Amino acid sequence: MTATMIKEFRLPDLGEGLTESEILSWKVAVGDTVTLNQVIAEVETAKAVVELPSPFAGTVAALHEQPGTVVEVGKPIVSFEVDDAGSSNGGSAPTAGAPAAVESSGEASPAKREPNLVGYGAVVEHSGRPTRRARGQAQSEAPRETPASTPAVAGPTQQRPSETEAAERPRSTPPVRKLARDIGVDLELVSGTGPGGLITREDVQNFTGAAEAPAEIPVLVQGERETRTPIKGVRKFTAAAMVQSAFTAPHVTEFLTVDVTATMELLTRLKGNRAFEGYKLTPLTIASKAVLVALRNNPTLNSRWDEASQEIVQFNYVNLGIAAATPRGLTVPNIKDADRLTLRELSTALTELTDTARAGKSSPSDLSGGTISITNIGVFGIDAGTPILNPGEAAIVALGAVRKAPWVVNDELAVRQVMSLSLSFDHRLVDGEQGSRFLADLGAILSDPAMVMTMI
Amino acid sequence: MLTDQAGEGVHHDTPGPGHSAQNSLRTGGNLLQLVSPEGERISHPEFDVWVKDIGDEQLCSLYEDMTVIRRIDAEATALQRQGELALWPPLLGQEAAQIGSSRSLHDDDFVFPSYRESGVAYVRGAHLSEIARVWRGNASYGWDPQRINLATPQIIIGSQSLHATGYAMGVQLDGANTAVLAYFGDGATSEGDVNEAMVFAASYQAPVVFFCQNNHWAISEPVRIQSHVQLADRPTGFGIPSMRVDGNDVLAVMAATRVALDRARKGGGPTFIEAVTYRMGPHTTADDPTRYRDPIELEDWAAKDPILRLRKLLEAKGLLTEEVESSVKAKADAVAAELRSSCIGMPDPKPLDVFNHVYSTPNSWIERQKDQYSRYLNSFNESVEEGAL
Repeated sequence: MTATMIKEFRLPDLGEGLTESEILSWKVAVGDTVTLNQVIAEVETAKAVVELPSPFAGTVAALHEQPGTVVEVGKPIVSFEVDDAGSSNGGSAPTAGAPAAVESSGEASPAKREPNLVGYGAVVEHSGRPTRRARGQAQSEAPRETPASTPAVAGPTQQRPSETEAAERPRSTPPVRKLARDIGVDLELVSGTGPGGLITREDVQNFTGAAEAPAEIPVLVQGERETRTPIKGVRKFTAAAMVQSAFTAPHVTEFLTVDVTATMELLTRLKGNRAFEGYKLTPLTIASKAVLVALRNNPTLNSRWDEASQEIVQFNYVNLGIAAATPRGLTVPNIKDADRLTLRELSTALTELTDTARAGKSSPSDLSGGTISITNIGVFGIDAGTPILNPGEAAIVALGAVRKAPWVVNDELAVRQVMSLSLSFDHRLVDGEQGSRFLADLGAILSDPAMVMTMI
Repeated sequence: MLTDQAGEGVHHDTPGPGHSAQNSLRTGGNLLQLVSPEGERISHPEFDVWVKDIGDEQLCSLYEDMTVIRRIDAEATALQRQGELALWPPLLGQEAAQIGSSRSLHDDDFVFPSYRESGVAYVRGAHLSEIARVWRGNASYGWDPQRINLATPQIIIGSQSLHATGYAMGVQLDGANTAVLAYFGDGATSEGDVNEAMVFAASYQAPVVFFCQNNHWAISEPVRIQSHVQLADRPTGFGIPSMRVDGNDVLAVMAATRVALDRARKGGGPTFIEAVTYRMGPHTTADDPTRYRDPIELEDWAAKDPILRLRKLLEAKGLLTEEVESSVKAKADAVAAELRSSCIGMPDPKPLDVFNHVYSTPNSWIERQKDQYSRYLNSFNESVEEGAL
């Protein structure tokens, strides 16, 4: 009979001095058998998205945190059932049946301090630590002599702590002390929720929130009136990319509405063609091909302004980016050398690219190196917009929804299928003439696909 | 930026002063190569003789060392992700540069590494626990430098080039027959220390080899921005002869290193070797290269993988037998297991250990500090009320 034991894996400091990480996904489930160094989770730190290898060979007994949770370094995230004799890995000391006790306040007591978890060794220890002395008489006296009647922020919730508690300077960090000074919060009045009672930025912000809430107004609203989500991960990256693009490349956007009835008919014909059996054909497929054809005569749109080297880079290939809404936010994966693909290959590439993106599995290689992009806002029922360039690219085309609309054909009104095209381009390297010609060519192809004959 | 342009120097298409074609202090051509990325042995009239003793057995042994240090690297990276190491600087992709150079050294040669030369430490005979303990934070040094003639890892960029030059000048004073080798990266060539070291090495014709692993990235700074000439053209300005060698070609690295060490031992003065390689992993485990590096560049270099290249050569020679493969795998497995167990089982240092090894002889000042700190630590055992010191 083999005895088994439970071993915990605590979240390590994955960078140099990181305090927390977000669990992005679990690669294993409870009951799974894992081998040593098998990838068990993907986590995102302030520095990188990294994969966590299992420190044990055994069976997953419990996953302690849900994906999306930000976990403090040192907290148990997964427990394994391992052979008692087998594993000498010791990612964590045996803690049979005591996870709650271990976890309690997020700080291991000295006796339980895990020798294996390095990088954050200075766990705050409460018992037996000499009381911290005030750094100087003047500093320590001054706040105490400040009369309680003149707190910087008046409010019914404020209460001076007892004199004995106030004897020690409130524990916080320089940036938080500055924040407190800037917004007029007396740190002596704030109780810290960080390790060892450290006053955190949130504590100060919550304190002002509490202090500013007028007591006489009864609580009318159930629940929160606003939700605050930390700016991080893909959202943060997207924001930075948008700001960088919007404020470095002077954007010009042009619009063109075209009759795409012929394109829709072509789609119908192709769908009935046996050569295209099994291929997913959509207006995006044809429009992508049309963009690639229109670029032949207007290559300027497929270029890049290289500020660092003071050069304009003209790409002699097209890596076609497709904006995709994914679980992790907006991404723009691209199809490499899309200009060399046949319509069928392009259709396959588009399907694979969007499937991969929606599954959140685009590789860094998929996401970099794009030369021009398409955003298909039509799928949301939108007609036109002023798209922001994918950073480093000179042009982006927004495809509007295909709608039935009144249209003048041979001087008579007819019901046709029309679509709006919006083209944003970087005016540093694309002039209005080039942008306009490209957009006109693109429109010409979509309103009469036979026009391709005149362009290639 | 495409890989082929990186590290060539911005002006590589327009030969000017200092370019290899006109630089008389450079030997071995633009890029010395004895094995192509496809694993074909390329004969070279000048350098073949320096590796003619490398027979089948040695080739297999080089392959084993390279495979083992890649495994050490992977296991250490995993240990960091598991909280067992605080940090690890991966060497993935630089196996040929490290093994080829360190296997060219004599036991009595002295080596001054940077922090990434774990492969060199392995070859010199450092214990796996000694390699791990600095990165676990259990010691401020790895091994006894005098035991394996390898200085402890230098974190400060390029400082070890000065230590190496100073040591080499000492070797001259001793009239000894040993050579000194300093490892550093492309970024270090931009540092004052390395340039000062080259001034002194050239002035005194010190028996030192500057072995620069140009892995293309100084953390996030690409080499092309740091140097508008090939790195091998920098030392020649100091009058130091140089070679630019394919750092992913273990035979070329060996040949160049042997040339340089031989020159040093014979009183020929310093040599600079630029081993052109690529850091396929992050700068350290705290770094995310996808934020600054084109993944296409990585793909390009993966095609030039140093171990893959040697594998192809061994296959072509019919040397990659099942027996060789399984023995190499067994060795790598054993080393990885030993690294893991010695790392995890490592005892924590005692607080007072910090005073050890500051001076080699007793020192009253250190003794006083040790005494004060000891009393401070004892105060933790007293009651909170009595409290501070």
